[in-house]
Order: sequence, then structure tokens, then C-alpha cells
Amino acid sequence: MDRIPILRMGRFLLVTLQVDMHDQLALRLQDDLTNAIQAKGAKGVLIDISALEMVDSFMGRMIADISGMARILDARTVLVGMQPAVAITLVELGLSLPGVDTALNVERGMRLLERVLSDGDDHRPR
Amino acid sequence: MSGKASISMILQKRSADIQAAWMQQLTTVSASSSGRLANDELKRQADGFLNVLNAAIKSGRTDNIDGPEWVEVRAFLDDLSRQRALAGFGSEETATFVFSLKKPLFEALRLESLADPQQFADDVWSITVLLDKLGLHTIKAYQRAREGIINRQQQELLELSTPVVKLWDGILALPMIGTLDSARTQIVMESLLQKIVETESEIAILDITGVPTVDTLVAQHLLKTVTALRLMGAECIISGVRPQIAQTIVHLGVDLQGVTTKANLADALALALKRIGVSFTRQ
Repeated sequence: MDRIPILRMGRFLLVTLQVDMHDQLALRLQDDLTNAIQAKGAKGVLIDISALEMVDSFMGRMIADISGMARILDARTVLVGMQPAVAITLVELGLSLPGVDTALNVERGMRLLERVLSDGDDHRPR
Repeated sequence: MSGKASISMILQKRSADIQAAWMQQLTTVSASSSGRLANDELKRQADGFLNVLNAAIKSGRTDNIDGPEWVEVRAFLDDLSRQRALAGFGSEETATFVFSLKKPLFEALRLESLADPQQFADDVWSITVLLDKLGLHTIKAYQRAREGIINRQQQELLELSTPVVKLWDGILALPMIGTLDSARTQIVMESLLQKIVETESEIAILDITGVPTVDTLVAQHLLKTVTALRLMGAECIISGVRPQIAQTIVHLGVDLQGVTTKANLADALALALKRIGVSFTRQ
């Protein structure tokens, strides 16, 4: 069974979603990611979805779930690289992903995480 | 002698009279409506219409103008209506083209059937029904042409009215002008999001100075745009909120919490510059 690679970049973890998710893959990713956060003491997770042309409600919920799980494990999640069409679809579906931080690309996301973590305060997502 | 045959015969026999009388009618109408049409043009149209009309009447059925015998007449009227719609004529003037034919025709019928009042009454009735139908067809065609023009203009307006302006490195502005509806907001949203990706901007200013009214629907559209921008990782500032609009929004109970709003574009730009860490000093 295929799995989604989780890359470590300093204090952060980078997950790039490229294929369409299904239940098994999503559960496996959640499992892998929570374990990785725990094992590596990561303080931030970047989820890169710039390669996705389409995000459905299942995907939206999965991202929100991952964000919630990471938060409990004291890691911030930033969703990066969403395509315009995807953003419009999500808004039309009524999924505004509250509580998930976003950035234009991985670099910006990284900067956001660094800033938030260096501030030390509990920066509430916009 | 059947009514149709006699009408057709009279039309042919008295065509010169009818034409002259009709031209007179048309020119009076046209003169009263600022004379946008040259007399030559009017004469050409009148001749053309009489020709196709005569041919159609001769071919038989006058009770059903949707039949194949009337194809040419319908095409002629469609064409005429479209031309007049484009030239800016009113629906009334356009329909009068057909209706003004009644008087000359009745006159011709009267002269031809002095001895037979019954026949005259029948003929007048069938001509009235026929011309009414043709007149209504003309109005319908005119309406269609007008709708086509309006649609095209709307489309052009849509394309004209969504400029995304770069104010600073990383700051985009979108001055919105005119009433916002679903179709426009969709295009605005798409072009703004696309531009955000292209320029890697992190702040977008939506300026609604040119939006005349904000109702719940417009507010909802604005909120959608803000949310979509946030999902992509950009921030949105709404500027140009007029006092009246602020009142309306609160009265409508629209929740703009979590959206940064400024009274004018200058304030919004100042805030955006501060956010990206640019500062100015007066020398």
C-alpha cells in the first residue's frame, strides 16, 4: 500500500499531498504524522496542497482533523499553496477551515511558523 | 370568390396606391420620431415588405403566420426589428411600421368592394388579424434583439470592471465598481485569487467605494472572497466602507467580525504596509 512521505525540515514536518486521498490513505497519514510529531518533537507541520487541482469535503475535513491532532501534540499546522479554484470550491462548499493557518507557499509557511514560534505566545489563527 | 384570392388580387392591382399611401404614413411617423431613417431606406423597406407580404398572401393561409409560406415575411421582419433595435428605435416605432399599413390596405379594399359590404367586412377582418399578428411578431423580434444587446453589454461590463491593481510589492488592490451580483463576484474572486498566486502577494485590499449598495447577498459574496483569500494564505482588507453602508451592514445583522475594514483606501494601504513591515518617514 502506498503512503504519503513525511519530510523533516528542522523543527518542522512537511507533507506534500499529490494524489487523491481515500479513507485508508488518510488514516495512515494521520497515524504516521502524529507518530512523527511525537518522535521528532516537531513544533510545526506544513501541508502542501499546491499540486491538488481539486479538494472535496472529505479532504477538507481530513486537513482540519490533522490540524486538530497536531495542535493537541503542541505543533502548529499551516496549509500552504492552495490553488484559487480549490479555494473557491471550498468556500462554496461552506468549508472555511477555521482554526487552520494558511500561507501562499512553503517558504511563506515556514516563515509564518518561525514567527509564531519565536513570539512564544499562543497566536490564534486568523 | 374566396377572401384570400380577392385580397391578393387587390393587393396586386392597387399596389402602387397602397405603396404611396403607406409611404406617406411612414414618413409622417418617421418625421415625428426625429427622422432617423432616410426616406430612401424607408421606401426600400416598404417595397421589400410589400413584396414578401404579397407573395405570402398569394400562397394561401393568412390565419397562420407560423407556417412555411410565411418564412420570408418573418425573416424580413426579424431583420428589420434587429436593425431598428440596433439603431435605437423604440418598440412603438418599430411596430408602427407594420400597423401603419392597415389604413392604406383598408382604403384599397374599400375602393374595390364598394358593391359588396359583406366581402369588405370579411377582408378587413382577415387583414386586421394578419397585420396584428405580424405586428406582434415584430415586437417580439425587437425585444429579442434588445435583450441580445443588453446581454452583450453586460458581458462587456463584466470584463471591464475587474481590474486587479498592484499597489506595492506584495499588496494588491481591487477597486470594485457597480452592483455586485453572483456572476460578477465569481469573476472578481477568480481574477483576484489568480493574481495573488502570480504575484505572490500576501495582502489584498477590496475597495468598495464604487459599490452603491450592500445587501445581505453582496455582504455574503464579500465574506466568501475574504474566506477564499484566507484559505490561500493571503490577508484581505475591505476599504471604502461608506457610513451608510456601515449602517446597513449592522442593521442587516451581517457579521463582519474577523474581517479588517477601513474607511478609505489610504488607511487600508497604510495598514497593509505596516503588516509587511514597510514604514515611511516625512523628510
